[in-house]
Amino acid sequence: MDFSFVQNYLPMYAQAALLTVRIGCFGILAAVLVGIICSMILYFKIPVLQAVATVYIELSRNTPLLVQLFFLYFGLPKIGVRISAEGCAVIGLAFLGGSYMTEAFRSGLESIDRIQTESAGSLGMNAGQTMRYVIFPQALAISVPALVANVIFLIKETSVVSAIALADLMYVAKDLIGLYYQTKEALIMLVAFYLILLLPVSVIGTLVERRLRYAGFGA
Amino acid sequence: MEEKIQLQTRDLVKKYGDDTILNGIDLKVRKGEVVVLLGPSGCGKSTLLRCLNGLETVDSGEVLLDGEPITAHGKNMSQMRQKIGMVFQSYDLFPHKTILGNVILAPVKVQHRSRQDAEAEAEVLLRRVGLWEKRGAWPRQLSGGQKQRVAIARALMMHPEVMLFDEVTAALDPEMVREVLDVMIELAGQGMTMVIVTHEMQFARAVADRILFLDQGRFVEEASPEQFFTQPKSQRAKAFLKTFTFDRCATTENSVVI
Repeated sequence: MDFSFVQNYLPMYAQAALLTVRIGCFGILAAVLVGIICSMILYFKIPVLQAVATVYIELSRNTPLLVQLFFLYFGLPKIGVRISAEGCAVIGLAFLGGSYMTEAFRSGLESIDRIQTESAGSLGMNAGQTMRYVIFPQALAISVPALVANVIFLIKETSVVSAIALADLMYVAKDLIGLYYQTKEALIMLVAFYLILLLPVSVIGTLVERRLRYAGFGA
Repeated sequence: MEEKIQLQTRDLVKKYGDDTILNGIDLKVRKGEVVVLLGPSGCGKSTLLRCLNGLETVDSGEVLLDGEPITAHGKNMSQMRQKIGMVFQSYDLFPHKTILGNVILAPVKVQHRSRQDAEAEAEVLLRRVGLWEKRGAWPRQLSGGQKQRVAIARALMMHPEVMLFDEVTAALDPEMVREVLDVMIELAGQGMTMVIVTHEMQFARAVADRILFLDQGRFVEEASPEQFFTQPKSQRAKAFLKTFTFDRCATTENSVVI
């Protein structure tokens, strides 16, 4: 193990990790937003939009992120739409993650008994109030495990953005291996950095799940 | 009687596909009156109750509260529903809210009352149903009977003019039925207008001012409880009541044999 190598290239990895975090955060935030909107469309069975959402979900889930990124980065410029590599990565992640988030929210929403809507209605709550104060908090609590799993999955998926020339963790590791052939060090650092990023997410996720369960949510 | 009609339906018809569930219901409930709807299962009692507060759309006819029509998609729906409290058969408390949270949610969010004001009234109502001590508990920590008493208190918080009860004791263990029925009897004694669907015949007899017997989506018989339980007029009501006396006959016979 060459520790001087580790020391020398630590800043490079840190830089790359920052990019991974940046893409991950914006991408996941957008994915959650897409997920909320699509799950509402499906839950309320809004005509036309429901069909659009279904097509989107199937398209998003059944194509690899790499293909989606190639489409955004190499395909769109052919029709005159130019987006920066980082923009493409965020959009790609949101496009992929949106369908997974939709499924997570939808399963939460659909697990809430109809009687909850009816009893909220019988207390004079309108559809918006019922959603906000009664259905959504319960659905969210049920969705949390799936949401946490999706967040981890999406952060890991960012490792393909190196394919569109973004200097993320994967890119840096491949680069260093190519340049110096220090495979062992480069790979150990790669694994270590992903663990540093993802373990906290996993631990916090577990804590949140437990807290919600003990609070009596969804029981 | 000179009392005013509070809740009324006019020629109510409700269909599910080709099945006619309610077939021309004319119901009049006077202020302060306790009406009990009886009938075999599937006769439309619960559907009628759900139509009364707009949970079901009606195919024709109308529901009037204080002479004003209730329509399922009207703008006044929220206003109307606040005036009609409803308690359901299944425990319908909000599981993510404490008992106190359940009771004050709608008053604070829908009626925009202050938290203090809502909590003060919640204390009065929860004490009345004997559950003020449980205010910090979660619904899942309560027994079925306790949950139903909270559900009643929660509905009363909205200051309804009419209360609807849809088989509220049907899912309860026998020893918990009583505590819920006692709350309802007390409520009736205070002059609340109530429409009750129940299978507790003794309770129906005790609490009702009037019994309405439904079969196949129509009112077959209307009578005072005394008259209904001792001398039912219609053949259908006689047959219905017989199903409740069957148990007693069997025991008598058994005891003779032994």
